[in-house]
Amino acid sequence: MLKDFAKGFEANDFGVETKPSRRRFLQGGAAVAAGLTIGFHWNAGMPKVALAAAGTGTDSAGGFVPNAFIRVGTDNTVTVLSKHLEMGQGVYTGLATIVAEELDADWSQIRVEGAPADAARYNNTAFGPVQGTGGSSSIANSYDQLRMAGATARALLVDAAAVDWNVDRGGITVEKGVVSHAASGKSATFGDLAAKAAAMPASVASTVTVKDPSKFTLIGTSVPRVDGKSKTNGTAQFALDVVLPGMVTAVIARPPVFGGTVKAVDDKAALAVPGVVKVVQVPSGVAVVATNFWAAKKGREALAVEWDRSKAETRGSAELLAEYKALAEKPGLPARKDGDVAKALAGAAKTVTASFEFPYLAHAPMEPLDCVVRLDQTGCEIWAGDQFQTIDQGNAAAAAGLKPDQVRINTLMAGGSFGRRANIVSDYIVEAVHIAKALDKGTPVKLVWTREDDIQGGRYRPMYHHTLTAGLDASGKPVAWQHRIVGQSIVDGTPFEAVMVKDGVDGTSVEGASNLPYDIPNMLVDLHTTKVGVPVLWWRAVGSTHTAYSTEVFVDELAHAAGKDPVEFRRAMLTHHPRHLAVLNLAAEKAGWGKPLAEGKARGVAVHESFSTFVAQVAEVTMRPDGSVKVDRVVCAVDCGVAINPDVIRAQMEGGIGFGLGGVMYGEVTLDKGKVEQSNFHDYRVLRIEEMPAVEVHIVQSNAAPTGVGEPGVPPIGPAVANAVFAATGRRIRNLPFTRDMNV
Amino acid sequence: MAVSFKLNGKPVTLEVDPEMPLLWAVREFAGLTGTKFGCGMAQCGACTMHVEGQPTRSCSMAVGDVEGQSVTTIEGLSGKAATAVQAAWENIQVPQCGYCQSGQIMSAVALLEQTPKPNDEDINAAMSGNICRCATYVRIRAAIHSASDMMEG
Ligand code: FES
Ligand code: FES
Repeated sequence: MLKDFAKGFEANDFGVETKPSRRRFLQGGAAVAAGLTIGFHWNAGMPKVALAAAGTGTDSAGGFVPNAFIRVGTDNTVTVLSKHLEMGQGVYTGLATIVAEELDADWSQIRVEGAPADAARYNNTAFGPVQGTGGSSSIANSYDQLRMAGATARALLVDAAAVDWNVDRGGITVEKGVVSHAASGKSATFGDLAAKAAAMPASVASTVTVKDPSKFTLIGTSVPRVDGKSKTNGTAQFALDVVLPGMVTAVIARPPVFGGTVKAVDDKAALAVPGVVKVVQVPSGVAVVATNFWAAKKGREALAVEWDRSKAETRGSAELLAEYKALAEKPGLPARKDGDVAKALAGAAKTVTASFEFPYLAHAPMEPLDCVVRLDQTGCEIWAGDQFQTIDQGNAAAAAGLKPDQVRINTLMAGGSFGRRANIVSDYIVEAVHIAKALDKGTPVKLVWTREDDIQGGRYRPMYHHTLTAGLDASGKPVAWQHRIVGQSIVDGTPFEAVMVKDGVDGTSVEGASNLPYDIPNMLVDLHTTKVGVPVLWWRAVGSTHTAYSTEVFVDELAHAAGKDPVEFRRAMLTHHPRHLAVLNLAAEKAGWGKPLAEGKARGVAVHESFSTFVAQVAEVTMRPDGSVKVDRVVCAVDCGVAINPDVIRAQMEGGIGFGLGGVMYGEVTLDKGKVEQSNFHDYRVLRIEEMPAVEVHIVQSNAAPTGVGEPGVPPIGPAVANAVFAATGRRIRNLPFTRDMNV
Repeated sequence: MAVSFKLNGKPVTLEVDPEMPLLWAVREFAGLTGTKFGCGMAQCGACTMHVEGQPTRSCSMAVGDVEGQSVTTIEGLSGKAATAVQAAWENIQVPQCGYCQSGQIMSAVALLEQTPKPNDEDINAAMSGNICRCATYVRIRAAIHSASDMMEG
């Protein structure tokens, strides 16, 4: 059905470029022969967005397809096609809310489906001609697009009603999915009008305007998540749950060290395991294919593989750290340079310096990597919680020897990702394609990574070393700030390098540091990019996972050195950053900053912007008699512009806090002679329920363009807790995770 | 080899290696995929089922060991506690990615069946084995308290 829908579109898939306009429907499409085609682009920097045509837009069930994002069924359902992956962040709900708002649909009639892979219609306009989800960009890049899509569909339904009832469209109103004309007493549901709207030869819609935000009835309310029910009764479908006729299951034996390759395989014992059907060598290792998962896993255990380690990374975490520390002594490539730091430091009344160490971190989403791939005569079909659809499409095509448009992707919901599924080489998908190539044509294969494969499989948040030095004047005001970062670039050797690396500096390595908001006249941020054979990747909140920690702990150190209150100290340096200041003030006020606490308790604060969303958090901790820390409560203030769904925003702040807290307190992947030392949740510790603080979220009322919330809740929690621990004990935690320095 | 047991109230006989974990036997041979795989070593709780009413990590129990016993999965949940827990989960909008939630719900239902009025310590003890990487823990706790209230009312 998805396929038919996609096909139905191809003929109409064109747009008409017009002058940039944000708030007005642009005519001109009406003149195009094939019916009403709306093409518009928002600003010069963004690629053209095509909304396809009306009139000829029908789906196989006779429904109405006004554009690439909406399908109105004769059964009165409205299906929103999500170009973004739902991985827990609530994007299906958020995107559908925007459409339903402008369409004046009833929330109960809304359904959401993953859109097929298509760089032209479903590109992330923040990424360019790429369909993908990341950088907390889904709502931001879809807001205008989906408002217009919804408003257009509404106008076309009104047109259909006007023609059908032979009334003036001006007298028609739409409310909760019902189109009415008061004067004639006529009314119809969207479902009633779907076939008529689809059959209209050419639209007569003359104007489409999006709503004035003061008229919103859904945006800003907490409509229930569209996936809430299916995720409480076990019916939500993930890639792991896909079952196809004749499907086989595969697991892969991968090299014990990064960069290792297969030297020799003895598969006799593996093939003797009942259920094992094949052993296949693939570029990443040796795949065992079986009729079921358990047989595949037992087959892998029985496999004897000799590995060639001659090109493998053999350094361990200790060796890497020693190299990073040596590099930190020398200047790196500048990412930001204001004034003259050396001179200002030399003239400072007081200087403070500190260094920080950050380990590799695995994403460890609850659903380990998995997908289903089938190669047949017509091409390749993929089922996955796919985060980078058109990149995966290209990589799968290359691996299969096909053209990208021969690769169809069914995007299912993902059991988390935190960035792991958005990988530039499409590792897990390409593996499955290679296995499918070795099977009889038409045999679907489900590839499953075990948790051990996941923890040991790389693409980590890189290991980093930071050194900060600052100078204060006699009044305690910072006059110089120097920040040196050492670590791998996550885009090194990828097509993203050309876009993201400027003058040798990967922006994602320094984000959060190079745009430090504090008003300090002399500032230098520089970077050493290291070459290590450990694959790395973006991890929920990317650069800010380490830069927020080092900068916000260090600012606290400066406040202490200056003898100032940490909130006051920050306020004084944020006069040019009102949104930072507002969330800081809100969090401090709601947390009762400055009010006395019981013995053994203390508060810490941090404020950070990531992905254009501003978040401040105040953590309240209790030091236990054994020296361990318990985080009791976190007060979080967030400014993400227009709040599409306040409850989803709260949920993302809560989840970001828990995810970030587990990361700083326990998370570390360490290497010994190149081999990962952790393997599963018993030694890659993550946050559990008894360690979760109470969380209170306050959302700043705003009419600014909406920004994302999937990641920005993560960065401030680590420094807020570390600063609270300092306030309670006088101890600074500079080496992560906390377990290295303290009992937790 | 065949293993026979009661699955969600109905007798089933599965032609499987009795050493196969109950999780995979139920997912791939009984066709019930609501129960998830997260770690395979009794660390995460994603695979929680009830065996004879007890919350059990099905990834670490051989299917042969449930011969003749009664197994309940998320698909077969029923009763007062289950109804309350699922309603509370929806009201409070607990799930994010949702992948851990079958296991969370199975553990929460077992808790409330045994301890209808749990305090926070009881909740910690019963739910500590269920990891949620989306960290929906604040809402899990709230939903368990809410379900407990519903069961009373
Ligand atoms: S899969 Fe069984 S406890 Fe994790
Ligand atoms: S909801 Fe995603 S792991 Fe729990």
